[in-house]
Amino acid sequence: MRRSRTALSLVSGLVAASVLSGCSGSDDGASGGGDPDAPAQLDFWTWAPNIQGVVDIWNEQNPDQQVTVDSQAQGDEAITRLLTASQAGEAPCLMQAEYQALPVLVANGVASDLTDDVEDVRDAFPEGAWDLTSFGDQAYAMPQDVGPMMLYYREDLFEELGLEVPTTWEEFRATAQQVREADPERYLTTFSAGDPGWFAGLSQAAGADWWATDGEAWEVSITDDATTQVADYWGDLVTEDLVDDQPMYTPEWNAAMNDGTLLAWPSAVWGAGVLEGVAPDTAGSWRAVPMPQWGDGEQVTGFWGGSATAISEDCEDRAQALEFATWLNTAPEAVEALVSVSGIYPAATEGQTGPALEEPPSMLPNQPDFYEQAAQITETARGFTWGPNVNVTYQSYVDQFQSAVSDRTSFTAALEGMQETSVADLEQQGFEVAEGS
Amino acid sequence: MSETGGTAPGTTTSGDGTAGATGTGEALATAGRDAGGSSPPRRRRGTRSSRTAPWLFLAPALALFGAFLLVPILYAVWLSLRSQQRAGGGIVAQVDVVFVGVENYARAVTDPALYDSLGRMLLYGLMVVPTMLGLALVFALLLDLPRVRLRSATRIAIFLPYAVPGVIASLLWGFLYLPRVSPVRETFLAVGLPAPDFFTSTSVFFSVANIAVWGGVGFNMIILYTSLRSVPAELYDSARVDGCTEWQVATRIKLPLLAPALVMTGVFSMIATLQVFNEPQTLSPLTNVISSDWMPLQKIYTDAFVRNDIYTAAATSVLLALVTLVLSLLTLTFLQRRAFGDDA
Repeated sequence: MRRSRTALSLVSGLVAASVLSGCSGSDDGASGGGDPDAPAQLDFWTWAPNIQGVVDIWNEQNPDQQVTVDSQAQGDEAITRLLTASQAGEAPCLMQAEYQALPVLVANGVASDLTDDVEDVRDAFPEGAWDLTSFGDQAYAMPQDVGPMMLYYREDLFEELGLEVPTTWEEFRATAQQVREADPERYLTTFSAGDPGWFAGLSQAAGADWWATDGEAWEVSITDDATTQVADYWGDLVTEDLVDDQPMYTPEWNAAMNDGTLLAWPSAVWGAGVLEGVAPDTAGSWRAVPMPQWGDGEQVTGFWGGSATAISEDCEDRAQALEFATWLNTAPEAVEALVSVSGIYPAATEGQTGPALEEPPSMLPNQPDFYEQAAQITETARGFTWGPNVNVTYQSYVDQFQSAVSDRTSFTAALEGMQETSVADLEQQGFEVAEGS
Repeated sequence: MSETGGTAPGTTTSGDGTAGATGTGEALATAGRDAGGSSPPRRRRGTRSSRTAPWLFLAPALALFGAFLLVPILYAVWLSLRSQQRAGGGIVAQVDVVFVGVENYARAVTDPALYDSLGRMLLYGLMVVPTMLGLALVFALLLDLPRVRLRSATRIAIFLPYAVPGVIASLLWGFLYLPRVSPVRETFLAVGLPAPDFFTSTSVFFSVANIAVWGGVGFNMIILYTSLRSVPAELYDSARVDGCTEWQVATRIKLPLLAPALVMTGVFSMIATLQVFNEPQTLSPLTNVISSDWMPLQKIYTDAFVRNDIYTAAATSVLLALVTLVLSLLTLTFLQRRAFGDDA
């Protein structure tokens, strides 16, 4: 169940993007080395639904550079498999990697440095997306899809209960209180101890930077002011019973989203697709708006989920793999197919504003400008540099916050637990950790 | 208890398989010797084949045993003595796997989380094993009473949950435990009782144990029942002639004769308890009260597949396997002496 959650980057609709002509010219592939037109057999490990349909287009046009899709499970299992394959020297040329999974692949020498190779297509993506695939100044993957966070709320129930749409977190808290007073059976939303990516996105929006490099050393700052602010805020909401404290993506949550027990969901652009699956009875009742802000007049959000295309160190046909990755993520026909066939929200800037995204998702027919707004929100999204052991940090989030929620202990202490676990693991693995972070 | 199921029948089958192969090998070898003995001119050839024949017949079993049990165990032990070391602190660095001796074991045994999970497992085992075996015994004895109607239908009904895979069973029960999707809550509220919460840090033990008992009773009942059916009827007849009631037949004759089967099911259940994984792992995303290291095997899984530290995971696995082995042997030695008398 947990496995499938970030896979739900489902966006319906069509896109006809006009991005760079990434695939047509063979610009020598000088930086990538090798001849991009030489025959090659490329393996592509991916979990994007129906991506075979997109790859088929490439295979038809490039009979000499055939790409074979190997469908993988998403999440921790995918990483374990990639690490194992890489140890055996058999990692696939091309791999789909979640942004937070990429650093583990880089740290273990699975994903290769693409900085020079992607120079030509840098402008095709928002800078925030590159932050998600870069460490220091080096980029290790090409952004594929992004999940800028936005707030979904039940338009009908907000009207029924006479609620205003919150634009700041302070208002969000007041709204949560009003909901409880109006109907003790309902909650504005839930705090999920099961979704570290969600909490990381909230922290990004508040200005957190959990990891930074200081020369060779890593600085870990999970207890920074921004994250502490976020944790304290939600801790108070949970303690005062202003929001629910049960995890998302459970049958229980689905039912609560469907029957109106929960009125709002801080989610990401792909949330519209998730709603279709979990709350089919509520079509037309939701509306998506920018996330509440910490300060007046600010406009900033974080990322939840999304993935990139990486090329392995083991890859023998690097130039061809790079050609495919560039085509997949920037060529108009490929991006359009990714959106329409695979249901992702593309990272490429022009892919987000293509004429075919004019149709709103089927759950929000009442919001014809959904994608227009999504593109604007994406502009305001900030990511942060991921550390080399996000897997450990994420697991620690779940463990720490689960017990903080069920034992009603301090959320700040839970953050400290995350910090300690993350640092201890880095040290155990042999990373240099900078003091005083 | 899917693990009861999962492990127990697996163990039985492979045990039987090996035993069967060995038995056959020996039987044929003996036959070969006999044949050799009865025809002196062929004696030499007979002797030679009597030496190779058992190995020939054993070969498939030994090959499978080696490839799928011995080699993986040795590989796990080997892994447990190694660890990854990075040369350089940056994100890109040479990563080598080196021999670290017992470092992984030292880390495993000094991790308080391991003892927390062992404590929870002990509590869980104390709840599951007596309940499951008690129910299995009662059902087996009831089914074995004379003049029971719908005997085989009842037997199948009790056995059926065992046929449900552990993960599926946990999902089904998960739906029943979650208040908003469960009919339980509405039923309680309808009759004016407060709805139970199946996922508090205390009640979660009952919730997980319940799935195990639900799944495991049938399997253990079948073992006990089968063992009861093999008791010669004359024993009961003479007991009844002597004026025994059914209760006395059950307690004075059936129970003592069931002792070996009870020992076996007890050991199976104990091993299953040490390996409990499916139920808590499946329920974990549904609630805040089951952590990723709630049970020892979950901790091993998290170490290996979430933290990608297969080396520590291997060390903990080896330790858990040793504990299982020692406990099984102790239980068998202790209980068998009681069950079979001193000659066992």
